[in-house]
Amino acid sequence: MRAGELLGLLGPSGSGKTTLLRIIAGLDFPDRGRILFGGDDATGLPVQQRAVGFVFQHYALFKHMSVADNIAYGLNARKRADRPAKAEIRRRVGDLLDLIKLSGFADRYPSQLSGGQRQRIALARALAVEPRVLLLDEPFGALDAQVRKDLRRWLREIHDRTGQTTIFVTHDQDEALELSDRVAVLDRGRLEQVGTPDEVQDNPASATVLRFLGDAIELEAIAEGGRVLVDGKPTPVAAPRGAVGPVKLFVRPWQLQFADPAESHLGGTVRASHRSQGRQRIEVAPADGRHLVVEDFDGERYAAGQPVGLRINGGYVFA
Amino acid sequence: MSEGLGASLPIDAPRAEDRVRSVVTEGRAVRWVLTSLAIVFLALFLVLPLFTVFAQALARGWGAYLAAFREPDALSAIRLTLTVAAIAVPFNLVFGVAAAWAIAKFEFAGKSLLITLIDLPFSVSPVVSGMIYVLIFGSQGLFGAFFIEHGIQIIFAVPGIVLATIFVTFPFVARELIPLMQEQGTTDEEAALTLGASGFHAFLTVTLPNIRWGLLYSVLLCNARAMGEFGAVSVVSGHIRGLTNTLPLHVEILYNEYNFVAAFAVASLLAGLALVTLLVKSILEWRYAGDLAAGARH
Repeated sequence: MRAGELLGLLGPSGSGKTTLLRIIAGLDFPDRGRILFGGDDATGLPVQQRAVGFVFQHYALFKHMSVADNIAYGLNARKRADRPAKAEIRRRVGDLLDLIKLSGFADRYPSQLSGGQRQRIALARALAVEPRVLLLDEPFGALDAQVRKDLRRWLREIHDRTGQTTIFVTHDQDEALELSDRVAVLDRGRLEQVGTPDEVQDNPASATVLRFLGDAIELEAIAEGGRVLVDGKPTPVAAPRGAVGPVKLFVRPWQLQFADPAESHLGGTVRASHRSQGRQRIEVAPADGRHLVVEDFDGERYAAGQPVGLRINGGYVFA
Repeated sequence: MSEGLGASLPIDAPRAEDRVRSVVTEGRAVRWVLTSLAIVFLALFLVLPLFTVFAQALARGWGAYLAAFREPDALSAIRLTLTVAAIAVPFNLVFGVAAAWAIAKFEFAGKSLLITLIDLPFSVSPVVSGMIYVLIFGSQGLFGAFFIEHGIQIIFAVPGIVLATIFVTFPFVARELIPLMQEQGTTDEEAALTLGASGFHAFLTVTLPNIRWGLLYSVLLCNARAMGEFGAVSVVSGHIRGLTNTLPLHVEILYNEYNFVAAFAVASLLAGLALVTLLVKSILEWRYAGDLAAGARH
């Protein structure tokens, strides 16, 4: 974790994302290992002294307090010697309300706010204590699709403006890839890969990472002379160093292209096609009874039952 | 085909009368019978006795009614009842909040045993609850000799009455708060802790406000029971007039002496307490239904 970066923790449900976040915050305790904050060992520190800002999935706003009191909670909870003066607290709350663009809402109560507004208040409350690291647990999980998109962009803006070191948990690949500086992919409690969105997409470290980042077709292939062969024909995919013999080739839907039977690695008949947002997805049934999906621009439509050939333009092989 | 379908629709359409009625509503006759039954039952078993209490109390006019409260024994019974409630209710308030807090927010060995024990006073006959204290603190009891030696009278004295009342009203606060606090979960407290609040500060500023209405509600019921308890208190009290008689015991004594006006007059005081409790309880339920049932409602 680098200072000032926005790190996305991505993984399927049950992969340990939230547990990891809670351990960093000091709400749960690790069986093994240590938590380091900028070189200081924080493993033994109680949650109050970790100086983390935690935004809960369902916000956990204090229902009986106004928005301003919610945001000021962390400052008011300090010991008298460390507590800022009343006017200073009011100024900080005002600044944070400006930052989250809810300036007129100081005297409202959480029950009078929409889900997206509550989310922003929860974020302001966590930022008020000037945390060393901001932790967001499924920050957009409970919101509908449109609000989610807006908030995603807004969170990125806030991060760019404040430079606050942030970790957020999500099971949504698009969210992680769009928002993060770097993505950490977790699976069953193991860290599979950490990298920029480009790195994890171009060079996934394992089949798990690849599968989790999007649809992929799994094909039997042969590695020979540094190339991967499917159906006896060479593909553009390079074989891993030293690999000879049968390997598994993973191909993304957009790495398949319709082609003449002579140039094709795969063949089959079109079963159905769906158009959406300028793209089309064509389901192809090869002779072996499997189910392939090809992604293409929304141009020529393919009728069901039409025989087609498919050429592999790219793919991934893991040693 | 499509023409025929359109034409046949009105035949199956519900009649106007049926359309107004919801599918889960019974017919008119059934509704009448059920409603009347409920009203007759209520009148017979609740309203009539309550009416009798006040009618008997005022049978010889206001003068006789008020005279019942001027008697020194009655005044001392009122004073004792208030004293006992003033000790038992705060004690059970603190215990109930502590137990509910422990049970709802933490996992520990013996948790289900504790939940069962909290329920015990509800399932045990009040007479047995009283007997327990006689067996422990009575002159023939387990620790009786020790306390008599040190000149501390527990049985047939105020401490015994307080102990028995605390035992009987033990579950009220905890029972009401446990489901409420379990429903609310621990996220609010966790949020407070990550913001730097100490455990105690979080309890005062987050947990208590979240349970305040449930707490008030349960204290109200606890108080009504503490003032009205008869069985357990009767066993440990010794019925010493002017000293160890609470209001319910005083009613019994007056009644056994055929002093009906005074007995019902004092009883009307207890009935009045019950009515006020019921009224406040209803207002709380109506006004804060959400907070009482599911504190976590957004």
